[in-house]
Amino acid sequence: MDRLLADSGRLLLLGNEAITRGLIEAGVGLAATYPGTPSSEVGKLLEDLAAPAGMYFEYSVNEKVAMEVAGAAAISGVRSFAFMKHVGVNVASDALLTLAYTGVRAGMVVMTADDPSCHSSQSEQDNRYYAKLGLLPMLEPSSPAEARDMVVEAYRISELLSVPVILRTTTRVNHARGVVDLHKAPRPVAKSTFEKDPKRFVTVPANARTLRIEQLKRMEHALKLSETSTLNHIIGTTSRVGVIASGVSFTYAREWLNDVEILKLGFTSPVPEEKVRKFLASKEKVVIIEELEPYLEDEVRRIAQQYHLNVDILGKRTGHLPRAFEYSPDLILSLKDILPVKSERLPVSQPDTPLPPRPPVLCAGCPHRASFYAAKKAAGPKGAIYSTDIGCYTLGVQPPMQCADLTLCMGSSIGAAGGFAQVTDQKVIAFIGDSTFFHAGIPPLINAVYNKHDFVLVILDNRTTAMTGHQPNPGVGREHGGIETPALPLEPIVRACGVDHVRTVDPYDLKTTVEAMKEAVAHDGMSVVIAEHPCPLLKRKEGKLTRSAYGIDQDKCVRCYTCVSRLSCPAISKDGENVVIDVTMCIGCGVCAQVCPKSAIGVRE
Amino acid sequence: MKYNIQLVGVGGQGVLLASTVLGNAAVAEGMEAAMSEVHGMAQRGGSVQCSVRIGREIYSPLIPKGGADLLLGFEPAETLRSVTSVSKDSYIITNTAPVVPISVSIGQGTYPPLEEILEALRSVNDHVVAIDATAKAIEAGRAITANAVLIGAIAAVKGFPLSKQRVLDALLAAVPAKARDVNVRAFDLGYQEVRRE
Repeated sequence: MDRLLADSGRLLLLGNEAITRGLIEAGVGLAATYPGTPSSEVGKLLEDLAAPAGMYFEYSVNEKVAMEVAGAAAISGVRSFAFMKHVGVNVASDALLTLAYTGVRAGMVVMTADDPSCHSSQSEQDNRYYAKLGLLPMLEPSSPAEARDMVVEAYRISELLSVPVILRTTTRVNHARGVVDLHKAPRPVAKSTFEKDPKRFVTVPANARTLRIEQLKRMEHALKLSETSTLNHIIGTTSRVGVIASGVSFTYAREWLNDVEILKLGFTSPVPEEKVRKFLASKEKVVIIEELEPYLEDEVRRIAQQYHLNVDILGKRTGHLPRAFEYSPDLILSLKDILPVKSERLPVSQPDTPLPPRPPVLCAGCPHRASFYAAKKAAGPKGAIYSTDIGCYTLGVQPPMQCADLTLCMGSSIGAAGGFAQVTDQKVIAFIGDSTFFHAGIPPLINAVYNKHDFVLVILDNRTTAMTGHQPNPGVGREHGGIETPALPLEPIVRACGVDHVRTVDPYDLKTTVEAMKEAVAHDGMSVVIAEHPCPLLKRKEGKLTRSAYGIDQDKCVRCYTCVSRLSCPAISKDGENVVIDVTMCIGCGVCAQVCPKSAIGVRE
Repeated sequence: MKYNIQLVGVGGQGVLLASTVLGNAAVAEGMEAAMSEVHGMAQRGGSVQCSVRIGREIYSPLIPKGGADLLLGFEPAETLRSVTSVSKDSYIITNTAPVVPISVSIGQGTYPPLEEILEALRSVNDHVVAIDATAKAIEAGRAITANAVLIGAIAAVKGFPLSKQRVLDALLAAVPAKARDVNVRAFDLGYQEVRRE
């Protein structure tokens, strides 16, 4: 990844690599995040690149803390970057919306990585409304190269206006790859001196009222910048029918529309009113192409109404374009009744051969599989309400585990379990990962003890933040950027929250884990089981996985298929009547051997 | 000139690596490139799709249905699942080694016989090349080079705009130096397999 530190060159970069390069070229001195797809690669890159680039980088315990750390840096005169996935901004919004009042001294950019179509998320909320809610300027790139350019421009705008700027990306920008020409990078300012100004930075009501007026004035200045910004520009040939587009959907329109004038909006908060007005005035009909909510469309309609423009505006409000899910070239091609689209080759038809579904699954040897198996054993035949959380273990929703009954957001497993326990007489088992516990699990655990809720909390401690690509968390300590901190063990924290009944087990030891879970279920009052085993995928990445492959003694096997149907490990499958273990996938966790009623599974010689 | 490649497979098979090799080869050739990748949850053994678009005046990272000049499938059922990415005139290269999903083991679907999958592919497109990439990789010296076999196969497809050497160089830049020779052999075996068709 050293190539991202070069002074020049032409590279094929992932959107998130281009954004990281933008931070280096903008001389950012501090970056903070909590990992979340589609933003995660930026953090993985900064683990290695921040220090040599002269930048401080941290994985904060959650997005709100990341926003506060970055906010204080920018208030102190150091350019800062807070980045997260879209739902992370919900967590950070409390800090962000007050930073929108105080403003900042050095540039601050907040990246919200939105996920239309919910590729890796619980929702596809459109975070452009945060710009509206906070009266914050916002830039929306449509490609990796533009993302790099916009990072640099966002810092310029942030310093002109003294306020954080939102960089709003989507999965198809973060995870697109494109050619980027590197520009020279300055050495960042990473240290500064904070100058006191309580009238501005201490938001007691009297000060807040003054700041509110300043915020509105700032937006007027921002509008002037948006009107003249080259990020809002017209391309294509003069036409009676026009298009207004933003984000990656602009690239689809650009390639698959013929002879159409497109107003490409990249500076989308505030929307450049005069530019839009002029564009509308020159058209009979305008089609708005933007993913998710009619954010631009409603602004365009407002402008048309305000200036009494008689122009047809087609979009989501008129039912011409969809509001749900990401757009695609196919979507543009389907607009042939309202826009001149290019002709494309005819796709072949899908043969009717039925294909098996292939959803993502827990990996071979995943310790969560054993924990779910043990929890179900402990819950008994009547089962339990499984209140789960955000992480790989949400995949426990699939058969045969089906250990997921409610997932809302980070940390919700524990808060919701309290609600379930209060209003039902059913057993309640909550699951939360180690990183998620640090992120948002501690306040609800204290809440459960304080209010005397009675349920079992299983902390699935796989010693990493696995789902997003194996980022460290406080439970494993820090070892990047030249800073080392020791691991914070979970058990003392759980006890300090007021829980007396706590046991730590290794889920690969199924018998002990089932026993611990049974005791926890039987215990009167709040109980916690910490199921600790490192993620084997991470161990393999680190080259630290020592594995012994398991095999099945076909003479002993009675074809009961307990291993196949109860565990559903990807390494175990049926081959005709026989059950076989794929040696290339098996990591040797040995859980299947403990489940087999006939002791037919053992380590291969 | 625009040339679109759709790559599909199962998380963990190296679809991302192959896409990047093709993209880097195009950039080395002085072309533009736009790609779209799948990261995150889907990588946990789920279906994975990547698109690679190379040439001139390329903006979109995605390919419309029917717009792929070439579909490269790392797994036969996944190739069939994404077959509408190609037109009748496009090319299809598919690995023949199945990866049976868990859904089948627990009775939530059946995995069709390989012959049926290949027949279905051939019923809609006349340019299907089926390669047992794992067998070829073992022949080359290491099962893990199945990826290199498939990349070699692409370089031999009629109309593919990059030279064999350009693609091989990009592949070798992406693999460890000690695995160089075995990757060259695997690449060549894949290349010959398509040339023979």
